[in-house]
Amino acid sequence: MKYWKGIEELESAPEFMQSAFAEFMPVKESHESKDDTSAPRRDFLKLMGFGVGAAVLASCETPVIKAIPYLNKPEEIDPLISNFYASTYFTGSDYNAVLVKAREGRPIKLEGNPESPITKGGLSARAQAAVLSLYDGGRLQHFAIKGQKAEMKQVDQEIRTKLAGTTGRIAIVSHTIISPSTKKAIAEFAARYPNTTHVMYDAQSATGLLQANGGVVPGYDFSKANVIVSLGADFLGTWISPVEYAKQYVVNRKVSTNKRTMSRHFQFETAMSLTGSNADVRVPVKPSQQGAIALALYNAVVSGGSVSTSTPYGKQLATAAAELKASGSAGLVVSGSNDPAVQSLVTAINQALGNGGTTIGTASSNVRQGDDARMAALVNDMNNGSVGAVIFYNANPVFNHPMGDKVKAGIAKVPLTISFNDRLDETGSLCQYSAPDNHWLESWNDFEPKTGFLSLSQPVITPLFTTRQAQESLLHWAGNNTTYYRFLRANWRGITPTDAAWDKVVHDGVAMGTALPAAPAMTAMSAAAAASQLSGAAKQNGVELALYEKVGLSATGCEANNPFLQELPDPISKATWGNYVAIPRAMAITNKWEQGDVVKVTANGHSIELPVLIQPGQTNGTVSIALGYGRTMAGKAGDKVGENAAPLALMANGIQYMNVVTLEKTSATSPIAQTQTHQTLMDRRPVVQENTLANYKKNPKEVTEYEKVSTPDGMEAPSKVSLWQDYQYNNHHWGMAVDLNSCIGCGSCVIGCQTENNTAVVGKQQVINRREMHWMRIDRYYSSDTHKSDFDTKGKVATYAAMEDPSENPQVIFQPMMCQQCNHAPCETVCPVLATTHSSEGLNQMTYNRCIGTRYCANNCPYKVRRFNWFSYYSNEKFEIVNGHMFTDLGRMVLNPDVTVRARGVMEKCSFCVQRIQLGKLEAKKQKRRPVDGEIVTACAQSCPTDAIVFGDMKDPKSRISQLLRREDGERAFHSLDSINVQPNVTYLTKIRNSESEFFGQEA
Amino acid sequence: MNSIRLRSLPHLLLALVLTFAGIQQASAQEAATVKKEGVTPGATAAATPATVAAPAAGGGDAAAIAAGDALFKGNCAQCHAINEQVVGPALGGITKRRPISWLLPWIKNSSKVVASGDEYAVALYNKFNKQQMPSFALSDKEITSIVAYITSEEGKTAAVAGVTAGNAPAADGAAAGSGAEAGAGKYMDILLIVLVVVLIVLVVTLVIIGNLMKDVLRGRKDLDGRDIEILEQRFDWGKFYRSPVLRGIVGVVFALVLLYEGVQSVMAVGLNQGYQPTQPIAFSHKLHAGTNQINCAYCHTSVYKSKSANIPSANICMNCHSQIKTESPEIKKIYRAIERKQPIQWVRIHNLPDLAYFNHSQHTQVAGLQCQTCHGPIQNMEVVYQYSALTMGWCINCHREMPLNTKDNKYYDNLVKLHDTKNAGAPFTVSSNGGTECSKCHY
Repeated sequence: MKYWKGIEELESAPEFMQSAFAEFMPVKESHESKDDTSAPRRDFLKLMGFGVGAAVLASCETPVIKAIPYLNKPEEIDPLISNFYASTYFTGSDYNAVLVKAREGRPIKLEGNPESPITKGGLSARAQAAVLSLYDGGRLQHFAIKGQKAEMKQVDQEIRTKLAGTTGRIAIVSHTIISPSTKKAIAEFAARYPNTTHVMYDAQSATGLLQANGGVVPGYDFSKANVIVSLGADFLGTWISPVEYAKQYVVNRKVSTNKRTMSRHFQFETAMSLTGSNADVRVPVKPSQQGAIALALYNAVVSGGSVSTSTPYGKQLATAAAELKASGSAGLVVSGSNDPAVQSLVTAINQALGNGGTTIGTASSNVRQGDDARMAALVNDMNNGSVGAVIFYNANPVFNHPMGDKVKAGIAKVPLTISFNDRLDETGSLCQYSAPDNHWLESWNDFEPKTGFLSLSQPVITPLFTTRQAQESLLHWAGNNTTYYRFLRANWRGITPTDAAWDKVVHDGVAMGTALPAAPAMTAMSAAAAASQLSGAAKQNGVELALYEKVGLSATGCEANNPFLQELPDPISKATWGNYVAIPRAMAITNKWEQGDVVKVTANGHSIELPVLIQPGQTNGTVSIALGYGRTMAGKAGDKVGENAAPLALMANGIQYMNVVTLEKTSATSPIAQTQTHQTLMDRRPVVQENTLANYKKNPKEVTEYEKVSTPDGMEAPSKVSLWQDYQYNNHHWGMAVDLNSCIGCGSCVIGCQTENNTAVVGKQQVINRREMHWMRIDRYYSSDTHKSDFDTKGKVATYAAMEDPSENPQVIFQPMMCQQCNHAPCETVCPVLATTHSSEGLNQMTYNRCIGTRYCANNCPYKVRRFNWFSYYSNEKFEIVNGHMFTDLGRMVLNPDVTVRARGVMEKCSFCVQRIQLGKLEAKKQKRRPVDGEIVTACAQSCPTDAIVFGDMKDPKSRISQLLRREDGERAFHSLDSINVQPNVTYLTKIRNSESEFFGQEA
Repeated sequence: MNSIRLRSLPHLLLALVLTFAGIQQASAQEAATVKKEGVTPGATAAATPATVAAPAAGGGDAAAIAAGDALFKGNCAQCHAINEQVVGPALGGITKRRPISWLLPWIKNSSKVVASGDEYAVALYNKFNKQQMPSFALSDKEITSIVAYITSEEGKTAAVAGVTAGNAPAADGAAAGSGAEAGAGKYMDILLIVLVVVLIVLVVTLVIIGNLMKDVLRGRKDLDGRDIEILEQRFDWGKFYRSPVLRGIVGVVFALVLLYEGVQSVMAVGLNQGYQPTQPIAFSHKLHAGTNQINCAYCHTSVYKSKSANIPSANICMNCHSQIKTESPEIKKIYRAIERKQPIQWVRIHNLPDLAYFNHSQHTQVAGLQCQTCHGPIQNMEVVYQYSALTMGWCINCHREMPLNTKDNKYYDNLVKLHDTKNAGAPFTVSSNGGTECSKCHY
């Protein structure tokens, strides 16, 4: 029997037979090839040989490196020693007292100022990233006339001449200004030009709230609240003063064996917000229902009526009303609505609760002062030609005001337009004159965020560009040639009469005292009028839109060109780089939309096209879009990221961040760059644990499930059996504890880590490719309706599939995830070159210069916290725009000189901020003592506004972490994935929920 | 019988030559191993076995010698060696030269002794270019232990000179070849000389005998052709030259040498030891630090507190040079820089790669090291050059050998106790406290 290989063998063709029995087909030498395009192999080898030789020869030359000392060294600066200066971050949204870490005069990192009685050392993600904005190449680097570079003198002269000749109204448009001296400077300008009016507006307006409270924001104190009812106010994420509120909120959320109580938090909101995800009871409602809810709550609490339970939210509202009433002065109602009627009722409820002096403090807040009506009037005036001059003071209403188009048209009709904006943005580019303001890190200024609480900002670097502080420009044009510092100092004579007192305030950054003039009174609507207005409100039909602000980017859009913030994953959706239309799952199913399908959203005759994102918890029949995106003139990184949703807002009784919209699917799709695409935990309790307050009260020892593994001696703790030898730590043993009860998921730590550790920004496409570089992420898990208990009824496969789908209104849990610094690290055992090794202090060390990039370690890491450098982010021009801080000389000034910028092809990961550990140890050694607890903290622990992260030496029995772990051992302390016995040095504390837990199925 | 003996004469000669060479080689090897022991495990190895064996010679007890060893390396070794003159005089035989009662005040404060007009002290001061020995805050007991250590080390060859040798330019055994015989025992020398003499006598005798026999044989007429052939046979050098075995050996040796040299030169890429660039201003450390004894930290202001020692800013120069040598053209360059507000661009000599973290204060303030330990005899440098290799191997070596400076530092108190209870025998070195872990220098 013979099988032929093919027809050729059967025919025994001579060409075939020639090579029939050879193992390989003969290879044609390519230099004989007639094909000119194929590269001749030998020539290639010759060339390559020469090339390598030449490169080696050329690289043998040692480059000459210069060492350039100061000519006259400032006394307080020692090269490579960080100096800290107290300052203040406030860009019109949230207020943060900061400490600026400066190296040789370059600010490189912002940290919270623990001296501040308001933010108490906390820092928001936006403030963390603000240092990058200083070195933003998109800033306007000189004065300009019609966008063309001009001399400061010439600009001054022309402006003064024109101002003197102006007959109509002169308007200064700004966001909320909380600086007493700036207001004084404006007043001085107004005294010189009497037609001047100062118009403030806020991109996320709180006019309704101001009107209901006599022109100020009440001084909320969440720390004293036992029952919190929030009607759409995202007070932990974006509303008014999130860091301050988060600090307060968490006081009453932390639990321990000795304190088994916590506040109860109800949230009635449309989009799933950061605050909603932390609430004990979250109720999805439509924006148009906020009025009815406020009214029902008012009727229940103030008038003593009962809440109708016929509405979808009725049951929870009834509970909220009952608990609120019971809590009395320890109750607090807040509302994010900008409707004066709603806010009037909320004020009335709070008054009825008698919480003045407890949950509403006496010191009112000044961080929102914008008046929608005045702004709207100005826009109309500009259009009807009665405005002679307008000065935009770091305000960009063309972009972020709902009437942006009208502002744009109005600017063209105003004879003199001046912009202080830091760049030629949407508004600034339309103005005749640009007199760019200094960055706040280059400026002197004072602030009064709350009545009686002052703080200062001081310049940490000389202005990088030929800019001038806006206040100084105003004074200059008013004929006062003093510097703003002198002006400010003179204003502070009353508070700090002596130089010593002044120096102390500059040193501390904060002071007590009042300097801001009283806010103009606003007339509040009476509760009765409000009630009647709301009860008469027409019912909305159609899809409702809720406009919201992202934790990363404010509604002003002023941080748009900050790549750190663009790449900060949204705490809830985990989306980066751009906004989207958040839709409920039901809407996606009925319309057959899929995530990433682009829809056209139309309202007010204006439409934008954005991809949809299926958002669990989004109220049925509503969609949400984030404000602050879609800049067109922000700079290279910020332009054309998302779409501007501001024009979709409803203009009625001020600006209402809601509307009725029509949605229409387009044929386009646009991928959304999310850093987490798995939504649920699928009942995997070993990953993250939670339990209810009721159980915790009963027995704190039973709220955490400790895994056991089978051993010959029966079920034992996983650590009882091990293949590894244990390390012994003689000196230090660094450890971290993360209290999941305190963590609100705000993402401040993510940015803190990024600025500290020179982490690259990778851009949208690389995030889609799952190659983001953040060393620290916050995993967000939704609860699912399906649990393992459904195995019997639904079958295993179907159950598992269903378990991947989050509930319609899921409970949320956040878990900050960084390198767990395992004592039995799986990554260490697989590295073929010992690039990742264990230290004698319990750290899992990563040595970049040894790493050859096999990525075995990342493969073997159960927590997936290792990041691989796929590109040279500092030199590959693909990343020039998003990763500018590693590209240009300007941007590189922000890099932390203590941390290596990693090269392509190496693995990197959280190091427990080993540079800080080493520095702290060295300081202690120099002073011949042991390090003090709290002296060495990681960037994440330091930036946490809720003190959820505790870092310290577990070898020191008196350290906070040792005490915490001793206390919580067997109660809430657990390790993620304990059963694999990698023995992490990061310990989590079980989340305790003050409501029924839906996360895990009932135990069988 | 005779013929056989005669035929083998050249072979015998060859064998003799080879044996001789072999013995020499063996002795050289032996010398090299001795040398190696002295250099690589360096200070620690020398401290333990060598000194434990030595007490009889030194007269001190082992503990004092061990303590003296550490103190010597921490304080004296920057300038002194025991058996050779480095910066200061060789200290070997110091007890024979000076009594301990003289040494104590001298070490504690040499300038005071010089000022008191002590004859020996003044002579010594002048002999060493009026270069003062800095004063040391050591106790009497500590000084005696140093002296005990020195006495125990006397007579050992220069190779054992610990830190200095470890820092010497040709650090890692590259110097093994030079002066290898120096370490060999005295017996070996005598034995070698005797052997050589015996061999020469043997060879000469054999040659004489051979020639005599040849003459005798030539005189005989009854020899046949074959015998004559043997008689007239000469050693064929041509054949030797053409031997493939020899060619092979030579070829292999040549290739190995080439490979070794090649690897050495490749390993030296990026190594800038000895780098001595011309600086924009001809500043002399010899004048400032050497002759004028200006403390290093006077100009390098942050050497005790910062990562960087700080290249002095022009205002520090002006502290003195606003008065001194104002007419010097080099000093005028500083004036010009200040007038033009253009800082002086020095050429950086010591360049570590960005991936390596080094902190001066850790080594000066905490470890108490002298600048010279790494920077060499900076006080003698007219133009500064890179003295140490600054390679990772160089760093690690020192971390392995250097005992931690734990004295009066509460940071280390418990660690020292722990170390002493566990393995008191081994010194508590930097690396035994985790000083050779990756993330101590790389992050």
